[in-house]
Amino acid sequence: MAISPSHESALALHRFGMGPRVGSIAAIASDPRGALMADLDRPGAGGFANPDLLTSGEAARAMFDFRQERKAARLAARATEPQSAGASAPESSSAPPSAITPNASPDTSMSAPPGQAASKPAGNPAPGVPQQLYLEEARGRIEAALGGDIGFVERLVWFWSNHFCISADKGPAVRSLCGAFEREAIRPHVLGRFGDMLLAVESHPAMLFYLDNVRSIGPDSIAGRNRGAGLNENLAREILELHTLGVRTVYTQDDVTSFAKVITGWSIVPFKQDPIHGGEFAFNERMHEPGAQTVVGKTYPDGGVEQGRAVLTDIARHPITAKHVATKLATHFVADAPPQALVDRLAKRFLETQGDLKELAKVLVTSKEAWDAPRDKLKRPGEWIVGALRAVGAAPPDIRPVIQAHNMLGEPLWRPPAPKGFSDDSAEWMPGLAERLDVANQLARRVGSLVEPDAVVDTALGPLASDETRQTVKRAESRPQALALLLMAPEFQRR
Amino acid sequence: MAINIHAPSRRELLLASGALFAWAGMPKLARAEGRDPRLLVIVLRGALDGLATAAPVGDPDWIRLRGDKALKLEGPTPALPLDGFFALNPAMPNLHRLYRSGQATIVHAAATPYRERSHFDGQDVLESGLTQPGVADTGWLNRALAALAPESEVLAHSRAAFAVGPVTPLIVRGPAPILPWTPPRLPPATDDTVMRLLDLYRHTDLALARVLEERMGLAAIVRAGDMDTGQAKANPGGGVAQVRSYFAESAGAAAKFLAQPDGPRIGALAFDGWDTHADEGEVSGRLANLLGALDGAIAAVETQMGGAWRETVVALVTEFGRTARINGTQGTDHGTATVALLAGGALKGGRVIADWPGVAEAKLYENRDLMATTDLRAVMKGLLRDHVRVRDDALATSVFPDSAGVKPMTGLVVSA
Repeated sequence: MAISPSHESALALHRFGMGPRVGSIAAIASDPRGALMADLDRPGAGGFANPDLLTSGEAARAMFDFRQERKAARLAARATEPQSAGASAPESSSAPPSAITPNASPDTSMSAPPGQAASKPAGNPAPGVPQQLYLEEARGRIEAALGGDIGFVERLVWFWSNHFCISADKGPAVRSLCGAFEREAIRPHVLGRFGDMLLAVESHPAMLFYLDNVRSIGPDSIAGRNRGAGLNENLAREILELHTLGVRTVYTQDDVTSFAKVITGWSIVPFKQDPIHGGEFAFNERMHEPGAQTVVGKTYPDGGVEQGRAVLTDIARHPITAKHVATKLATHFVADAPPQALVDRLAKRFLETQGDLKELAKVLVTSKEAWDAPRDKLKRPGEWIVGALRAVGAAPPDIRPVIQAHNMLGEPLWRPPAPKGFSDDSAEWMPGLAERLDVANQLARRVGSLVEPDAVVDTALGPLASDETRQTVKRAESRPQALALLLMAPEFQRR
Repeated sequence: MAINIHAPSRRELLLASGALFAWAGMPKLARAEGRDPRLLVIVLRGALDGLATAAPVGDPDWIRLRGDKALKLEGPTPALPLDGFFALNPAMPNLHRLYRSGQATIVHAAATPYRERSHFDGQDVLESGLTQPGVADTGWLNRALAALAPESEVLAHSRAAFAVGPVTPLIVRGPAPILPWTPPRLPPATDDTVMRLLDLYRHTDLALARVLEERMGLAAIVRAGDMDTGQAKANPGGGVAQVRSYFAESAGAAAKFLAQPDGPRIGALAFDGWDTHADEGEVSGRLANLLGALDGAIAAVETQMGGAWRETVVALVTEFGRTARINGTQGTDHGTATVALLAGGALKGGRVIADWPGVAEAKLYENRDLMATTDLRAVMKGLLRDHVRVRDDALATSVFPDSAGVKPMTGLVVSA
């Protein structure tokens, strides 16, 4: 069946982009593929400039200072008030951020009915530094997704960020760094080389904290001999299993152990030692296991930090890595069980170009299979939430409800349950459909009476809208109900 | 989620005006003597079945029209007698009590000038006060406030109109400042929304339909476990209790604000869920539950108004009525005339006001709907003129434009 150009343009926005905004289906209808290509060619694609966001080093030090101060405050409180020993000091007395809803009165004491106004105490203490950093970074990420015309490159950022995931739930360090990690390790390379992204990721403090490498010590290193053995295989294993070759492929347990030794010493500058550079990446020779190591059939002479770089460079180019990456990309963008021809073409291009990720993106855009696949994939929660906000043209004044929506739908931002990241299998997201209705209903009750439902159908779905969906929206009893039903329609849930 | 709209929408500015919290002017506590009227308008979105709310039990064609779905004065759940001809839905004992004490009035066979059957357009006409849909950014209630003379007693306390909800209802948007209040918890998706979605899935995506059905079954079990009364039915979306508490909380909060010495005197809110196409459940079921929740909302207003109740009118209005006959799915489709319910101590109540058209076949509008014999604008103009004291010329021009031919209904309130 031939697909009409406007149909293809709507498909492009849903499958490859962040979803249509007002007029975007029409805007790219003359050449949907060209529009996706142009998104890749934009100057500065993948990055976003926000001078207020901290580097990972600054964020790590802010986190460290915050925790030191809190500890000191606790000790001081304990010293002055022996009765309340053990009780933690309040984090801060500053007021919580203002009204949640845009038209609620800014004076929270008046937003409650009279009589209840004074019944509520001052509210939660202000969030600590790690959470503040997390929320600021989350806002930046969501705004970047809402702001793009198409959002293809942002989708690629999300894909790679999930491929190389870290989790804020690991603790305050990773929570403080998860946004900086994405900006520093993922974004600069999203249209660059896989090997460069791999190196940036595995040497980033956030990843080193997340997968415990900051504490991994070579048994025969100076630190190891002084303190006893302290090898931690976590990062080495996940690099091979998840980031590059893929589980149950060409590596063995011996490879994991050897590789773990190779990257001992990949750590951070201790905070107490160096207040200027504390928390930044540092190769610590004293923790590094001396000697040559054999990883996946190749022996690497000891060369300090260069030994690990050499291993990463080689496995980044490995044909099995190419296949793994190709399969994941096709699964994410096209189908739960992607067409083999597409996977093969991606893997081939990966090897031809030494892992040029922009070239892989182009293969996706130019492959017939990527357009012909039925629209069966359920959007992941984050895609759906951002798509809904784009469809109605809404910009959240407060990022927390958006984050809460992610949490409710099982895709908490930068908090995957395991290093494998969030699943790209539709079946895993299906049970969350009822929660999506809750979120759709909440959004619709807030903005639904401000939009024309028919117009939002045209904006969001255009030619993809079935007659049934159009009728359902038209017959809704109110504009908010119409909007909720539209956001829940199969054509808006799937891509 | 908290959201600002940036879509190029004709309504864009209105959210901004709602967000302004423009509680302009100094509250004056000077008022001690004299009148201090309050008007709260509750918009029932989805089209309320007026015949199932106040039934013409004295009409000889009534039983023939609705058969076993007709409210009757006899039977296990008898309707509550009003004036010998009409009877009130048994789910509204509180409104019935007010009626009997002269503090409630029911206007029947009333409709806005809108004669099509689209909810969105009908709601636009109802709330804008214009004769055509889709052209207004302001509502008649706000324009009425704006039309008051500066020395008006209504403005002595606050110049603002009170609005409940995360988005200010159209009826109360406009030039006069708005005092918005958002309930801490918005209601969940209604059962009706869930059923519509399920219907869409069944026709277009069976996998999604299956998931939703499973979750609904689960929700029903959980809810049945929560409530020992056994009245909990398969309510995957908003349970009856949640709807009741949302209605009462919203209306009660509005009343608290309107009762304050320096609070606003005019307010509006909206409740949805009235579009009863299938399994209407007029005496036990969906409509009965909603009317019961509405009855509780009226009670909450009375309670929270305290002494101000005697100077209060609550007007409950809907965009249009429903078909006179029951359809093939035990519900009713979009119709024309319906009821407007008025409650409050300021009313000269205890009356059903209707120029009754009858429900015989030949009397139905387009052979399907209750004929509209009272222009709803006449009711609202009557309240605005005699209760709020908006001038006649403003009512006919800025408040309800092109309505010079629609005379304000007289004698609705005591002080008139």
